[in-house]
Amino acid sequence: MSDYSNVIGRIFDIQKFSVHDGPGIRTIVFLKGCALRCRWCCNPESQKYEIQTMLQNGKEKTIGRDVSVGEVMKTVKQDMPYYRRSGGGLTLSGGEMLCQSDFAYALLRTAKENAINTAVETTGFAEWETIEKLLPYIDTVLMDIKHTDSAKHKEFTTRSNELILENAVKIAENAKKLIIRVPVIPTFNDTEAEIGSIAGFAASLKGVDEINLLPYHSFGRDKYEGLGRDYKMGDLPSPTDEKMQRLKAVAEGYGLKCKIGG
Amino acid sequence: MQKVYTAEIKKSDRISKLVEDLYSGTPTIESTRAEILTESFKATEGMSIYLRKSRAFKAMAEKLPVVIRDNELIVGGNCLTPRGCPTFPEFSNKWLEAEFDTVATRSADPFYISKETAEKLKEVHKYWQGRTTSELATSYMAPEALTAIEHNIFTVGNYFYNGIGHVNVDYAKVLKIGFNGIYEYAKSERDKCNIYDADYAKRYNFLSSVMESCEAAVIFAKRYSDEARKLADNCSDINRRNELLNIAQVCANVPANGAKSFYEACQSFWFVQLLIQTESSGHSISPGRFDQYMYPYYIKDIESGKLTREQAQELIDCVWVKLNSLNKVRDALSAEGFAGYSMFQNLIVGGQDKNGVDATNDLSYMCISASMHVNLPQPSLSMRVWNGTPHDLLVKAAQLTKTGIGLPAYYNDEIIIPALISRGLTLEDARDYCIIGCVEPQKGGKTDGWHDAAFFNMCRTLELVFSNGVDKGVQVGPKTGTLSSLDTYDKFFNAYKEQMDYAIKLMVNADNAVDAAHMERCPLPFVSSMLEDCIGRGKSAQEGGAVYNFTGPQGFGIANVADALYAVNELVYKTKTVTLCEYADAMKNNFGMEYCDGYAKSLTVDVVKEIVNKGFEVTPQQITEIFNQIKSNNIAEDKKKKYKALYEKIKALPKFGNDIDEVDMFGREAAYTYTRPVEKYENARGGKYHAGLYPVSANVPLGMQTGATPDARLAGTPVADGVSPAAGADTNGPTASANSVAKLDHGIASNGTLFNMKFHPSALKGASGIEGFISLIRAFFDQKGMHMQFNVVSRETLRDAQLHPENYKNLVVRVAGYSALFTTLSKSLQDDIINRTEQGGF
Repeated sequence: MSDYSNVIGRIFDIQKFSVHDGPGIRTIVFLKGCALRCRWCCNPESQKYEIQTMLQNGKEKTIGRDVSVGEVMKTVKQDMPYYRRSGGGLTLSGGEMLCQSDFAYALLRTAKENAINTAVETTGFAEWETIEKLLPYIDTVLMDIKHTDSAKHKEFTTRSNELILENAVKIAENAKKLIIRVPVIPTFNDTEAEIGSIAGFAASLKGVDEINLLPYHSFGRDKYEGLGRDYKMGDLPSPTDEKMQRLKAVAEGYGLKCKIGG
Repeated sequence: MQKVYTAEIKKSDRISKLVEDLYSGTPTIESTRAEILTESFKATEGMSIYLRKSRAFKAMAEKLPVVIRDNELIVGGNCLTPRGCPTFPEFSNKWLEAEFDTVATRSADPFYISKETAEKLKEVHKYWQGRTTSELATSYMAPEALTAIEHNIFTVGNYFYNGIGHVNVDYAKVLKIGFNGIYEYAKSERDKCNIYDADYAKRYNFLSSVMESCEAAVIFAKRYSDEARKLADNCSDINRRNELLNIAQVCANVPANGAKSFYEACQSFWFVQLLIQTESSGHSISPGRFDQYMYPYYIKDIESGKLTREQAQELIDCVWVKLNSLNKVRDALSAEGFAGYSMFQNLIVGGQDKNGVDATNDLSYMCISASMHVNLPQPSLSMRVWNGTPHDLLVKAAQLTKTGIGLPAYYNDEIIIPALISRGLTLEDARDYCIIGCVEPQKGGKTDGWHDAAFFNMCRTLELVFSNGVDKGVQVGPKTGTLSSLDTYDKFFNAYKEQMDYAIKLMVNADNAVDAAHMERCPLPFVSSMLEDCIGRGKSAQEGGAVYNFTGPQGFGIANVADALYAVNELVYKTKTVTLCEYADAMKNNFGMEYCDGYAKSLTVDVVKEIVNKGFEVTPQQITEIFNQIKSNNIAEDKKKKYKALYEKIKALPKFGNDIDEVDMFGREAAYTYTRPVEKYENARGGKYHAGLYPVSANVPLGMQTGATPDARLAGTPVADGVSPAAGADTNGPTASANSVAKLDHGIASNGTLFNMKFHPSALKGASGIEGFISLIRAFFDQKGMHMQFNVVSRETLRDAQLHPENYKNLVVRVAGYSALFTTLSKSLQDDIINRTEQGGF
């Protein structure tokens, strides 16, 4: 067993008792910094790697702190009884955990050495070598496929999707389990054709049998204000339940299990 | 192994109608029982107390109104009106008389009382002057104990004002041999009495009273049989006519004899349940392991094809409606402590049998369905969970929890069984435990548990440390040292322990006084007839006739004391940010904050009293002025600023409930200051004391009497409930909260602990929500937590229900160890529920 407990990384939150991001009861560690700038992002404070201040209920709050793997794992381990009962464990989210891949590696590996189930939520936007190194220590990869059209992807996230789609194919071949997640964003990807295209791609990936459709919500709106940023989504409403059901049926048409929500 | 059916059965129309009829009016106080009792007592002066009790009970059985309501399959009540309420002047009555004019309009549990009834009761009460248990109990108490009660350190009001209740009788025995069988058993024991035996007088008379009580139960049922037949004769609807004839037949056989069918078992059960609550006003008459003792009758009828599962479900649902028909009027303060018209009839499903094998059966599931069908607070449905509990049963239970009704409460076999064994139960008896009232474990049919014996406010003794034992100018506690002499944390903590030890002794004195009074004035032959080994020992339960005898007084405010001790240690002794004197000064001035209305009111009363005592007059206008001045807490700005600065510092400290070992260990120690001394004492029935850690809902009214505490809890605000973290203090999610609570020693609190958790409904959404919820319970129990209960109603819904009660007549929420209709609770208790930390699922 190697000791990674002194590896330092930057996180902006740890959330316990998550039951919708990976199997069982999970503790989510949110790493700071992301390569994408999705317009709808509900955690805008996660995007920059730099430590920021954000106004929250009129009070200034510092977003981001540097912590060691040891400190994080101490918190994660507090909920061991719940992981044991539920098959849950640690989920790395962000931001994008691949942006701090050494820290992510140290966390995931330490978790596995402690027999803790691991999951990551990722955009898949990184060099393949970076991802490849982490995969042996990840039980479930929850990967976003936001759009199959590269231009539109770039327009809404600032990055084109070629690298992401390539990585998806490779992750599918190498990961223990891969689940595809799609944030369903009105004006961006909420047509049956667009979801169908994503589902078709997902179904073509080796071993992938599940897709999750996450309906857009505007809960992150206040945070944009708190950061002094514009919220580009405006007053866009969330997709209706009916619509989500229709899109679910589309995805199921590709032979995938489909859940609305995580 | 038997296949267990888990599929949901639909609710019949009959049940909706029964529920609607039940809640058609405001509960009414009726005087009939009190009149019959008094008349009988007047006629039996000079006889043994046992026979006086059984004679009065028999008179009730002969004379109480017999009412069979439309659509009923299970029949029997003790009042004319639905949810009507008899009174029990033999225990206490002065409070009721004092409240005749206000009982209909008070905030907690109002009751309608007609002028005529009030007059009749006034007449009845004259006889009881000097004859009640409460008067005798008062005379038995030491003056120090009375002083402590007066100063709200603890209250033994529950059994002081009422019967004891808190029992699970041997229902199985009645179902099997009926009261005729029990009569024969008592008679055979009585035949063994020799006239020269030293205890002949008591034993012979007691056994005679048991026999007479058995006769009474048979007479009562017979009257229902006759009434049903009469109604059938006049009934044109052929279906209802047949139902009535069936009822006539059922009531002719039970509870006189053993039940021959599941229907008869249900009816027999109900007569027992009803009559116990007619004999005495003690609440928490808990059906216990209904799914176990009813099962043989159920399965026999199912297998023989006599009964369908649908019919069985309807009968169970009918019993559930009946359990909501009983009512009890309490004094205004107790009503707040037990708010929601609750009868605490705790009924538990699942768990192990006496051999350690999982006992889940069809009825376990059907009981949960019944609670879904009636959607009412009674019975207080509970569920035993152990490592072998089927996952399916937990899923079913979770679905009930999800409805927001606050049922079931979950109990952990893996800690309760060893805890009971440590109190002297056999392994088999411990495995066969049920829950009484709110959260109190006992072996049913063999125990006089005296659970709920007192509310002990652990914050009040903490206040006494800051005043060297003085409260309102009276030396209530020991002199544990001036503040300047408490110059180390150890000295401070020892002072607290000394205050606790002393107050606990006084509480024991008060409880034993009440116990002795019941023994002398209110032995209960009927309930004793169904408790092993009262007949064999020839002693009533009130005299120690049961196999197991306990007294279980409960402490509460652990989270406050934990946070307080931590804060004092940090700020006074470790960082030396403030002196203990400055701390005391800030507390005395409510940290510079405005006082809440209730507390300001009580301070106003003190001030006015003082003025009046000096011989001055006070006008109502002046009283208002005094009140306003007190409430605004008008003190110099610089002082206010200083106090508030300390308040903020305390608020910023970590709190119990966030899985922080350094703080949580203070919680563990705080709980021990109560649980350890309590278990040293013995009660009047030859049994032992053991502690509970739960407040029912008394944390709200008793919090009202508590000044500001060192955890920055303001004067008059609620004290933390049960073993739960202080409201709003647990901010790290449900797992952290549960972990902190699990760090307390639940095993020593064998009279029960109570952990409230509140979830936003979204947390239980979908399969992953339900699975997460179940795992949360399992993992808390893996860590030896004892009890868990949940409110799953959003804060927005509750707020809206406060504003528009008319739209939420059926909103049932979890209060403490029980559920109640939200709109029947007082505003302050509603607020307390709203303010409990709401956990989300993420």
